[in-house]
Amino acid sequence: MVLTIVQRQEEESLGPIFASRYVQDPVPRYALPEKSISKDAAYQIIHDELLLDSSPRLNLASFVTTWMEPECDKLIIEAINKNYADMDEYPITTEIQNRCVNIIARLFNSPVNEKESAVGVGTVGSSEAIMLAGLAFKRRWQTRRRAQGKPCDKPNIVTGANVQVCWEKFARYFEVEIKEVKLRDGFYVMDPVKAVEMVDECTICVAAILGSTLTGEFEDIKLLDDLLARKNMRTGWDTPIHVDAASGGFIAPFLYPELQWDFRLPLVKSINVSGHKYGLVYAGVGWVIWRNKEDLPEELIFHINYLGADQPTFTLNFSKGSSHIIAQYYQFLRLGYEGYKNVMKNCMESAKILRQGLVQIGCFDIISKEKGVPLVAFSFKDGKKSSAFKLSKILRRFGWIVPAYTLPPDVEHMTVLRVVVREDFGRTMVEKFLSHMKIALKELHSVMEAPIPTIRYTIELRPCEAAEDAALRPLPKVVVLNQEVEPVDRSIHLSGGKTKGVC
Amino acid sequence: MTISAVASDADDSVAYTFASRYVREALPRFRIPEQSIPKDAAYQIINDELMLDGNPRLNLASFVTTWMEPECDRLIMAAVNKNYVDMDEYPVTTELQNRCVNMIAHLFNAPIGEDETAVGVGTVGSSEAIMLAGLAFKRKWQNKRKAEEKPYDKPNIVTGANVQVCWEKFARYFEVELKEVKLKEGYYVMDPAKAVEMVDENTICVAAILGSTLTGEFEDVKLLNDLLTEKNQETGWDTPIHVDAASGGFIAPFLYPELEWDFRLPRVKSINVSGHKYGLVYAGVGWVVWRNKEDLPEELIFHINYLGADQPTFTLNFSKGSSQIIAQYYQFIRLGFEGFRNIMENCTENAKVLKAGIEGTETFDIVSKDVGVPLVAFSLKDSGKYTVFDVSETLRRFGWIVPAYTMPADAEHVAVLRVVIREDFSRSLAERLVTDIKKVLTDLENRWTKTTMVSHVKAEENPDGGGAVVIKKSVKQTHEEIARYWKRLVDRKRTSGVC
Repeated sequence: MVLTIVQRQEEESLGPIFASRYVQDPVPRYALPEKSISKDAAYQIIHDELLLDSSPRLNLASFVTTWMEPECDKLIIEAINKNYADMDEYPITTEIQNRCVNIIARLFNSPVNEKESAVGVGTVGSSEAIMLAGLAFKRRWQTRRRAQGKPCDKPNIVTGANVQVCWEKFARYFEVEIKEVKLRDGFYVMDPVKAVEMVDECTICVAAILGSTLTGEFEDIKLLDDLLARKNMRTGWDTPIHVDAASGGFIAPFLYPELQWDFRLPLVKSINVSGHKYGLVYAGVGWVIWRNKEDLPEELIFHINYLGADQPTFTLNFSKGSSHIIAQYYQFLRLGYEGYKNVMKNCMESAKILRQGLVQIGCFDIISKEKGVPLVAFSFKDGKKSSAFKLSKILRRFGWIVPAYTLPPDVEHMTVLRVVVREDFGRTMVEKFLSHMKIALKELHSVMEAPIPTIRYTIELRPCEAAEDAALRPLPKVVVLNQEVEPVDRSIHLSGGKTKGVC
Repeated sequence: MTISAVASDADDSVAYTFASRYVREALPRFRIPEQSIPKDAAYQIINDELMLDGNPRLNLASFVTTWMEPECDRLIMAAVNKNYVDMDEYPVTTELQNRCVNMIAHLFNAPIGEDETAVGVGTVGSSEAIMLAGLAFKRKWQNKRKAEEKPYDKPNIVTGANVQVCWEKFARYFEVELKEVKLKEGYYVMDPAKAVEMVDENTICVAAILGSTLTGEFEDVKLLNDLLTEKNQETGWDTPIHVDAASGGFIAPFLYPELEWDFRLPRVKSINVSGHKYGLVYAGVGWVVWRNKEDLPEELIFHINYLGADQPTFTLNFSKGSSQIIAQYYQFIRLGFEGFRNIMENCTENAKVLKAGIEGTETFDIVSKDVGVPLVAFSLKDSGKYTVFDVSETLRRFGWIVPAYTMPADAEHVAVLRVVIREDFSRSLAERLVTDIKKVLTDLENRWTKTTMVSHVKAEENPDGGGAVVIKKSVKQTHEEIARYWKRLVDRKRTSGVC
């Protein structure tokens, strides 16, 4: 008879996850755990925790793309281990980036002829793009001032108060003063006239936004260009314009091709756009294009002897994944001009239906304009500040994330709610959202009109100890004996027997 | 009899990609195409182009991770549509980031109490991390000088000439002067004594590298700390240290835990590490940790009313994907301390095997040290017949990407090849590489000894004074001179920007 010795199998590799010890052990938070665990356990633990994150597609607060075709997902995961900075190893990926830059440059009517290559770079997002553009302007201005023998230590930049926070970051980190053109009631973007007034000899550029974060409007860049050109002629300064087209850059060329906002205007020297907004790519890619080589000071460009070859680069980040660049090219190739136009048209349609639905409800003012980025910004007609925040909270319960925020100076008294219409927010979702909105409003009104909760205090007045100063009259001390909340009747009466009870 | 209609070529839903017209048409390069194309065609076209890219796993030039477990790939794809900056919407992802920061801070012996949270942030890579750390130092120094009413317009930073290019980027973009401690032959890292000599009242910090890009060595941070403390006491300045542990930060704690280089040294105020190098995550994540809150000036922190909630943030980038942060946390809990240690030990073992193999060819000198990042840097004993650049190019034919580059100032006459041992570079690959290197050497030797043609004849005075001497240069020599000229031209523009 053969004696069989039972091998003790490693429990980890056989046991089902939810039967193992892993779901009982505390999750490591502050220190690296001592031991390894099986990959299935690691996957399951993290996956389960992430269930409590909100659903990206119901996030109506963000412009950033939340859906791409499965074929593109395949390309993304295949390229995930390619380091974008390794230009020598991945020449095709580098070429794809160059093609994207050229495509975008020509979309923005860059003055390069058919065979010339445009100057631009792929970044991690519009923040990096804006910092690079700002740095180029700052350095050009400094060089010019030094050549003129004038002081160059106090650069400033003129923008509207509606700029996105990354302009303030740029200003603060790169030591540039930010001069904001304040907003006013009914006019929620930068006023070109006021902006040009604020320009002085230390202004490195005027930043205009195509697609304001708050209301989606396009600023009047043509007017800015005309006024600034006149001022430049008068003063002899050479103040340029930068267009922050983070959201609008992939909308205007398809929906409003006759709108002059890009390199067709002579003072526009650089434009940035987010690939991950209406470029229809996942978070993590932006683009900045310069009009031509002269607008990008050579001293900022690094020539890296990267693994043998000379490469000019101008980025803040170095190593990053290549997936998003490839995904952007996929979208250009897959959709083409007509595809992008159709997607944007659909977005505008959905935005229109949403706007009409909200107007029909009757208690909202629509702040956003029809022409611009497809979003709907609305505020309560009665102007009570807290209503917008409360409504936002109630909508959260249904799963929708609709942010509420106060506008920047000088219109801080206004509170708006904003719904961004992305490509994946179709008509059915609009209608569902409107129905939830109606329910939420009902609840909001009932909450506001609800009886104010009362607390009944029982107190006793007791004599206090003698005061130090005999001249002062001793006041009695108040002692709370009992406090109770008066219950508000919120019960649901079970009329009709057990049929309406829980099961 | 039914009449069947033939489906026209325009019926995209049944089109077989390679039978369709899409593979005949020229690809858009400069202009967006007018029409849409089916998604299968788009996928196929791009996939096929990308086949001509190098194979990431054979890229021995880069430290950046090129392989992760399939379970992690699944988590990455599931999180690819989550915007990392939407902290309000994705609170769990934000919490994972916080946990990672805490784990890394503890790994670096940050002096925080049991319930305190460390101060740190996830970034897109060490470049962003270094810029944030540098910005914090610059602002602290400026505030101090303003309070002392001294000029603060000429900040400088002291580093070795072996720093990675992003320090120069930081210096150039943020208008800080870079004072480099030059290298010398045989000593390819920053000399702490020389560095401390160069420190003056305008120095915002001294940057030391744990895991030099070129040779993988760890700089002697402890010695630097001691010397700098002495100088600070003498002068009354408060010059801090930043440790660029981009590669070494995930090696030293596991392989050399007794090595003092982190927050155990009092002068060290911030450390950065790349999650995508030996943190074993794909490209796109880095970390920077500060000793405590005081080392991060409040004015640099932005409190964003992001979609309703207040969030303190300190980053250069805003929107980016959350996948890498989740992947980093996955690695931490999946591997744990022992897992990381095992992987690093394997890498070191494989590096030893490779080193032995290369030494065995008797044509190379090993430039890298044993203690440090697992890589092998080697130079040719005799560069007369062919250079390391030739070896590098010829190895490409076998699929290997091994970079060759010259050292920075003042050791520019030394040129090395460098092989980085990542976690997925197994022993069998190491042995195969040695075999291929031997083949390459034989090949280059043969090329040299072939009959050479005379290409250049020049007559010169015989230096010994007896008439003229004819000097002949072969075609090969002329080629070499030209190649050397162009390589020097490129090198002079900037540094070995390898990472």
